[in-house]
Amino acid sequence: MALLDIDDLSVTFDTDDGPVHAVSGLSLSVEKGETLGIVGESGSGKSQTAFALMGLLARNGRTSGSIRFDGQEILGATPRELNRLRADRMAIVFQDPMTSLNPYMRISDQMTEVLQLHRGMGKREALAEAVRMLDAVRIPSAKDRIRLFPHEFSGGMRQRVMIAMALLCQPDLLIADEPTTALDVTVQAQIIDLLSELQREFGMATVLITHDLGVVAGFCERVVVMYGGRVMEEGPTDPLFATPTHPYTRGLLAAVPRVDDEDARMRAIPGAPPNMADPPQGCPFNPRCAFAGEDCRVMPPLDPFAPKRARACHRPVEKVAA
Amino acid sequence: MVTTSEQITATEVGPAKGRSLWADARRRFLRNRAAMLGLLILLFVTLFALFGGWLAAWSNEELDYNVMGQVAQLGGPSFENGHYFGTDDLGRDLFARTVQGTQISLAVGVIGALIAMVVGTVYGATAGYAGGRTDSIMMRVVDIFMAVPYMFILILLLVMYGRSITILFIGVGMISWMEMARIVRGQTLSLKGRDFVEAARATGVPAPVIIARHIVPNLLGVIAVYATLLVPLMILTESFISFLGLGVQEPMTSLGALISEGAGTIAYGTTWQLGFPLLFFVLTLFGFFFVGDGLRDALDPKDR
Repeated sequence: MALLDIDDLSVTFDTDDGPVHAVSGLSLSVEKGETLGIVGESGSGKSQTAFALMGLLARNGRTSGSIRFDGQEILGATPRELNRLRADRMAIVFQDPMTSLNPYMRISDQMTEVLQLHRGMGKREALAEAVRMLDAVRIPSAKDRIRLFPHEFSGGMRQRVMIAMALLCQPDLLIADEPTTALDVTVQAQIIDLLSELQREFGMATVLITHDLGVVAGFCERVVVMYGGRVMEEGPTDPLFATPTHPYTRGLLAAVPRVDDEDARMRAIPGAPPNMADPPQGCPFNPRCAFAGEDCRVMPPLDPFAPKRARACHRPVEKVAA
Repeated sequence: MVTTSEQITATEVGPAKGRSLWADARRRFLRNRAAMLGLLILLFVTLFALFGGWLAAWSNEELDYNVMGQVAQLGGPSFENGHYFGTDDLGRDLFARTVQGTQISLAVGVIGALIAMVVGTVYGATAGYAGGRTDSIMMRVVDIFMAVPYMFILILLLVMYGRSITILFIGVGMISWMEMARIVRGQTLSLKGRDFVEAARATGVPAPVIIARHIVPNLLGVIAVYATLLVPLMILTESFISFLGLGVQEPMTSLGALISEGAGTIAYGTTWQLGFPLLFFVLTLFGFFFVGDGLRDALDPKDR
């Protein structure tokens, strides 16, 4: 049994302009200790999937389908049951470390809060554990710094603190929701290195949500490409990047700017992501797809065309190329 | 901020204590001249209210038969007969009465503001954090209370149950918390969407703890500023009621009642009867307003 099993998950938001389908019919699973990357453009439903996992959806969000964590159904769980899982079994690192820490609380207080809550530790014990975790995320002289306030840390340091907080209870699943987006490029690399070191050290399953394909290539064993709230293609990282079969995956990979490229033009995918309040019929990518045809007006099923790989496309690349 | 983090990265210092945003605000507040002046004024008025009685040669209820009947000629401020601020119409010592009136006015103001702070914060933060239907119902209740002409109710209460300080405190407290609840609720709504609240939820912190540890400390600045500005409003309310003759009962008095009496007798040339209570009234209001402004500047540096 997989650690996390998402089956036919749909997330819909009721807005004044009608329902917005953020995620539709998403199925994926994460094994113990696995590193999974979820990539896609803004608005493809990556983050909402993560929020649904943690039970953090906005009030107007509705879900259907099923999310099972270690066999336990999460959708529809009471806040009490969820609070037992949160931080203890699964934890999340948010995008923006600048706003994720309470400006009026010392780092020590924010970190020990988690431990006192979930582990029932005493203040002293919790503090020692927090210092140990700050050491683990390579914050120099953590013992001297733990009494500081968030504004006395830099962005990269704060993200390290956030990661340390997420790992305090040694969860089985860590969700990193674009953990490097708000950071400098140099710091981004450090954080990703740190994450992969920690992943090896603690052995937790990690879901990395990002739109940075370079990050995914370096970090993840397996990748899920999302678009318009659906899975477009999934598979082990290397073969998927080497021979992308879905036109969208190919477009994404081609859009990555290269420093060594003579031709400095950006190969953007033409068009814009769909408006999910009024999604296109069938495959959400068909209005932007160069190969789309009549049959694309019906959503193709996820087709396991090779070992461990699957795609949802009527006109995969090799077929069109042939 | 930048320099602090650079210093820390560059040189290795001993265990750093960390400077909270409160400490920063305190520093800014202490550098604000108007606010410090306000604080001094308030200190002076408070000391006057607390210990002025020791200096008074007369009590606030004794009649001085020597000046009675000739108050306009003999009742003026004088050190010889011990009436430093003169006497009132009946020959009672105005210094003692001003001390006593300042006590009442300060107490009404501070207690009113305290009630507003506690009730308004708890109510507003709960409504804002709960959101949805709970929020709607709680805030509609406030709207309904707001629509009630409270001054009318307060006057009715005082007429029905007699003029007593307790009723006055209850009445002032009852009306003061609603505006505070609205402000706190609005701030809570915007705080609720902030990432650190989300992060707290994601780590399984239960809602009451989130409100107490993450929401309220972030609101304290707003609450402190508003409470400081609320005190003079409460004093004004009390004065207005006393001015109508419905405030505290004789021989007790308040600044509003004293001003009312002083204004009534000004035609006889006894200007000190209006002047001294008014001076303390104005000083108190100025003090609170200056301090409130200073607090706002100190706690919200982005505003400048």
